[in-house]
Amino acid sequence: MFGAASIAVLVVMGMALARALLGPTVFDRILAVNSFGTLTVALIAVLGFLTGRPDFLDLALVYALINFIGTIAVAKYVVFAHLGGPLEGEEWEDV
Amino acid sequence: MALVLDLVSWICILVGSAAALIGGLGLLRLPDVFARMHGAGMIDTLGLGAVLVGLMVQAGLTLITVKLFLIVLFVLYTSPVVTHALARACLNAGIEPRARHKPTNGGGPSKR
Repeated sequence: MFGAASIAVLVVMGMALARALLGPTVFDRILAVNSFGTLTVALIAVLGFLTGRPDFLDLALVYALINFIGTIAVAKYVVFAHLGGPLEGEEWEDV
Repeated sequence: MALVLDLVSWICILVGSAAALIGGLGLLRLPDVFARMHGAGMIDTLGLGAVLVGLMVQAGLTLITVKLFLIVLFVLYTSPVVTHALARACLNAGIEPRARHKPTNGGGPSKR
């Protein structure tokens, strides 16, 4: 059962990678990479149970945190062209 | 009792895998960024959530369950934030949603 779940997660990771390669806009790629990170969390958890040693859940937790921060940072970098505030002369709100 | 717990966890893992597959198909085949966000949201909420709930049932009352619950809680908080930030960034970058009726107020690209 864990094997079937890990195969399904791997197939969906392939779909997310295909969308990240095909994506017309940069936001498609960001969305696909975010989904890929979430699926990596699921894959780490399921593989830990599959091998009988679920000790990698700390890695999964940290990966979820880094995935969130990384996605927000990349989205902000793409919109503002740097990680600080908005550019001069443009009144944008938050990302 | 162990059989019932195994059955419940298998059903949860199967439902999560099916939801992740459907979300992946949506991510691959839907026509728009704003539509593809639905697929990503399905992967984040029902896919990961149901798979990890099944693993929780499998693990029992241990520290592993606490860690799995923390992962589910964190992803359930951060996934809408990421989706909302990406949708705002798309609107600010000038990408129009495929809508049959244009929004009249407050829906378009803001502050351009």
